[in-house]
Amino acid sequence: MTIDHEMLTGFSKSFGLFYLIAMSIGVLVYAYWPSNKEQFAQAAAAVVSDEEDRPCQ
Amino acid sequence: MISQLTGTERIVAAFTFLILICFGVAMAAAGRGDLIGTHGWIIALSAVAGVIALLRAYGAPEPSPARLSEYYDDPSKVGIVLTLIWGVVGMLVGVWVAALLAWPELTVDAEWASFGRLRPVHTSGVIFGFGGNALIATSLHVLQRTTRARLPDQFSPWFVLFGYNLFCVLAASGYLMGVSQSKEYAEPEWYADIWLVIVWVVYFSIYIRTLMRRKEPHIYVANWYYMAFILVVALLHIVNNLAVPVSLGHAKSYSLFSGVQDAMTQWWYGHNAVAFFLTAGFLGMMYYYLPKRAGRPIYSYRTSIISFWGITFMYMWAGSHHLHYTALPHWVQTLGMAFSVVLLVPSWASAGNALLTLNGAWHKVRDDAVLRFMMLAAIFYGLSTFEGSFMAIRAVNSLSHYTDWTVGHVHAGALGWVAMITYGSLYALTPWLWKRPALYSPKLVEWHFWLALSGTVVYVFAMWNSGVIQGLMWRTYNDSGTLNYSFVDSLVAMHPYYIARAFGGLLFLAGAVLALYNIWMTIRIPVPVAAESASDIPMALQPATLTAQAGE
Repeated sequence: MTIDHEMLTGFSKSFGLFYLIAMSIGVLVYAYWPSNKEQFAQAAAAVVSDEEDRPCQ
Repeated sequence: MISQLTGTERIVAAFTFLILICFGVAMAAAGRGDLIGTHGWIIALSAVAGVIALLRAYGAPEPSPARLSEYYDDPSKVGIVLTLIWGVVGMLVGVWVAALLAWPELTVDAEWASFGRLRPVHTSGVIFGFGGNALIATSLHVLQRTTRARLPDQFSPWFVLFGYNLFCVLAASGYLMGVSQSKEYAEPEWYADIWLVIVWVVYFSIYIRTLMRRKEPHIYVANWYYMAFILVVALLHIVNNLAVPVSLGHAKSYSLFSGVQDAMTQWWYGHNAVAFFLTAGFLGMMYYYLPKRAGRPIYSYRTSIISFWGITFMYMWAGSHHLHYTALPHWVQTLGMAFSVVLLVPSWASAGNALLTLNGAWHKVRDDAVLRFMMLAAIFYGLSTFEGSFMAIRAVNSLSHYTDWTVGHVHAGALGWVAMITYGSLYALTPWLWKRPALYSPKLVEWHFWLALSGTVVYVFAMWNSGVIQGLMWRTYNDSGTLNYSFVDSLVAMHPYYIARAFGGLLFLAGAVLALYNIWMTIRIPVPVAAESASDIPMALQPATLTAQAGE
């Protein structure tokens, strides 16, 4: 198989669509996965907490 | 700062300086009679300054192990001061070149004072000098707070900060001397590019090493944005700067790409420099400092993740919208246009997320000019991303391309979004880092806010008017089918807007000067505790450190 213009454009016009759709589904599943909800809430709340400004030892 | 390095780190620093002196002298010797020679001397002399600093602190006791129970914020402190200085310098040159467009006779008879050499000093000064230092300073702060881990060592953050500023100095001094590879936002020549790659790899390694030692299981979303910024900028920078120098003793190099491939690579770089340098990094800033200052967690953490992946993966393909109606294949132009339009979704998700976080805290926005800076940044982010998606549509682009409309769009983003979120974050961060109860003068912040807002509005409206008039004049035909206006006719029509633009820029510059003064005075002068609520001060006030200087 020779790598020419036709092949590269064909690849980018087809594969590009599918991997981006697959990635979007993956991201949505990760963001809405029920067991992730807890750690997301913790991370968001940790930013505004008034804990002591020191590294964890 | 040398006394904070451990014994091993001082040896590493000494070797780094020695290697730099060797390279600098070699460049100066091989590049006699070429501009690269001057840059060799700049590199060697900066390294000599480092050696002197090292020798002066020679024999200072090793830092105590107690340092490990504190975050390492001194590089961020120096970074904040450098940000503000580069901001004033870059914006001053910006006002100068704006004035040159309005009054071309406002110049001296010297090569370095020509528009073509001054303009990149402005763009690189504000993007890399101001923006880059702000990103380095805030990212090191956010990284430590959100991972609850101290930076991995004391040497690498200084290497990144000073190495990066050496790159900025090489860039700006090179433009004035006439060194440029003529690629927008990538003007520095091959040796400066290689140096930036080294600095950038160390920067990324700081991130990875700190994340590996993190005490929080989940990596907060701001870090994802900062990491996307570092990683993708490395990728863009390396690919776009692939070039072969004429010889090792010459500043001039030739790009590996030619023709339309070169244009495509350049605008893939150019647009993603906007996307990852001026957007992703500053979104990281927004996702930390805005919730922190408002005292409210981000409205939707899920949305912040979804828009992160949307922004990172879709911006990659948008660059070709800079090349509508060129030799670039039509389908590639259409691809760039389509992705630019879809990008509106994650962009508005981020802007909306920021504004909804403030929903319910509007009284704070009203009373606190620092938070108001961040709110305005989110609004301008929403406005300029809408405008950008719109301008990327081929038919709209046929009117806007090559006109001042583009310049207005860029400045709506750069002044309204990047500079506003930066000043808001630095105003919030300065009292926290220097353990001051409040800023030196809240009134000056208020002045800065209104100067920045009015300057941006004057600037952007002037360029909208000028750009649309230009675009319409260039496409108006008369009855005989020839162009109705000459190019000079359109220049005459733009003149009043150029004066307005220079005035808008001057207002914004005045605000930047106030910010430098205000933050410098905050650092210098201890203020009484009663001036403002101290609720956002993480640690108890320590009188002994009140007069500490940047970099001590």
